[in-house]
Amino acid sequence: MTDHTSDPGFEEATRPPRSQWWDVWDQFKTHKGALLGAGFFLFIVVAVMIGPWLWPIPYDAIDIRARNQGPSLAHPFGTDQLGRDTLARMLKGGQTSVAVGITAMALSLFFGTLVGVLAGYFKKLDGPLMRFTDLFLALPLLPLLLVIIMLFRDPLRAAFGPETGIFILIVFVIGITSWMQTARIVRGDVLALKEREFVLAARSIGTPDRRMITRHLLPNVLSPIMVSATLGIANAIITESALSFLGLGFPSDFPTWGRLLFDATDYLQQYPERVIWPGLAISLTVLAVNYIGDGLRDALDPRIRGR
Amino acid sequence: MFDASAPRKKIVEVRDLKMHFPIFAGVFRKRVGEVKAVDGVSFDIFEGETLGLVGESGCGKSTCGRAILRLYDITEGSVVIDGQEIGHIPQKKLRPLRPKMQMVFQDPQASLDPRMTVAAIIGEPLVEHTNLGRAARLERIYELMDAVGLNRNFANRYPHEFSGGQRQRIGIARALALNPKFIVCDEPIAALDVSIQAQVVNLLEELQKQLGLTYLFISHDLSMVRHIADRVAVMYLGKVVELASREDLYERPRHPYTEALLSAVPDPDPASAEKIERIILKGDVPSPSNPPQGCNFCTRCPRVMPICQHEEPEFREVTPGRFVACHLYNTDLQQEAPARTEAAS
Repeated sequence: MTDHTSDPGFEEATRPPRSQWWDVWDQFKTHKGALLGAGFFLFIVVAVMIGPWLWPIPYDAIDIRARNQGPSLAHPFGTDQLGRDTLARMLKGGQTSVAVGITAMALSLFFGTLVGVLAGYFKKLDGPLMRFTDLFLALPLLPLLLVIIMLFRDPLRAAFGPETGIFILIVFVIGITSWMQTARIVRGDVLALKEREFVLAARSIGTPDRRMITRHLLPNVLSPIMVSATLGIANAIITESALSFLGLGFPSDFPTWGRLLFDATDYLQQYPERVIWPGLAISLTVLAVNYIGDGLRDALDPRIRGR
Repeated sequence: MFDASAPRKKIVEVRDLKMHFPIFAGVFRKRVGEVKAVDGVSFDIFEGETLGLVGESGCGKSTCGRAILRLYDITEGSVVIDGQEIGHIPQKKLRPLRPKMQMVFQDPQASLDPRMTVAAIIGEPLVEHTNLGRAARLERIYELMDAVGLNRNFANRYPHEFSGGQRQRIGIARALALNPKFIVCDEPIAALDVSIQAQVVNLLEELQKQLGLTYLFISHDLSMVRHIADRVAVMYLGKVVELASREDLYERPRHPYTEALLSAVPDPDPASAEKIERIILKGDVPSPSNPPQGCNFCTRCPRVMPICQHEEPEFREVTPGRFVACHLYNTDLQQEAPARTEAAS
């Protein structure tokens, strides 16, 4: 195999290197869980995006005579104590929850990776950035959230409208309070990678720091980032629910999955299915995202690919 | 430096190169000392030749090779490569000079990015230093793969799919990509098994003939260095103790350390192997953070003299083209030296 005499059993026409994303897709397809997860996640996203237009009942239509109903043809998921259709509220709530989850995750991932890579790669920044990370880890989260929301809720509402304003606030709050784990993991990995010989080889070629990071370090720390990302979505959805529960999140008549879940806990004894729907939606989405992350991590690692 | 009849062009001139790594300790990370990995090394490498750099583990061979390419910021000294002083210029200015000097690394597994395809690895220097289009770059990558004996079909594969020898070929192709003049081979064969070692060394020799390359060949394998090198430098504890042409060094070692090192080379012939008198050195290599006073080798030298304990021997030319750092060859002791050499050979 070392020489370039043609190997009869090995007929592979010389072709230009194809984009590695095709290899990634090929490997991703072999991971059944990931494929299923991706399918389900896509379904959820499509459902919450176009569902509210298709489903004839608006999420805030009150029909007091049809309150506290179980599943029926008219209301497949039943109705709540004000007679609002649970399916419509689930679809509308999903929009917010999924959007908050993805955006907050992206924000915290961006922050975490940035801080981690800078701290790991540049020795001078390591001390200050890691102490900064420790500072954030040591902050008591709940009082901090309270203060931030007290301070910024009204200006943001005034600037972007009540819903968008709160959306920005919540995404930002979740983002800046959950990047620390990612930063620490990424920093550790970058510190280890930096000493590997291929980084030295790249330096001997004259690769500047910027491209050293984008070409060699980031692809190699992708696995932990991926794991953080999938956990991050789950974390963001749940934090948003908790904030809504505390009355710090979206307005009480504005549905999110977390909001629905907490509203339903009051009726847990009488109508347990009302807790089950949003609970199921959150768990299944989180599970699907975890599977996607798992499959992506495998697919992005050439050593695992093709096995 | 060699005889005047063949004035060859010096491609690398290293003068008094020092690479000290600081040691920090205590609560305040105070600098408490330094590891003198390379401590005053001087040599020249001529165009088209191979200089072997040998020595035991931890004597600073690899550090020396890396310092010459400025992969470290050197502590002191000067390095001139192809007429250009690069010892202390900032990395930014060094970048356009990088194509002239490249490196082949010891561990072919570690020196290739596991997430890049072979084409991407070999193409990286081309992306950094040339303006080739995608197709032209691919053509050059295929050329390089042919040159080092890799099947073109392997371009889309990843390093983990190759054997050690093939990986080292990828590393060599990467080093050749920019048509360098000077390549530092940092123990390129140490991680390979013997049959593959021969292949890789032959490949290196062939490429040298075709492309007129100059090598600094770092190795602890004395037999392999004897095979490939034109001149050999022997390092001990951060210093070059002897530098001579291959024949001179292997036939008539001058420095006691070189003698001891060469006597440790295994002999494939059992009959003659029994006759070898091995010089067994006593004790361990002193710590490079705290080298002994005087000659670095005085703690283990079988021929130690009182002067060695307090005065550092100068690294000087004893006969043309032959440098030794040893008090045995001081001019006032000269009469003793030739007699000893004959006895040793």
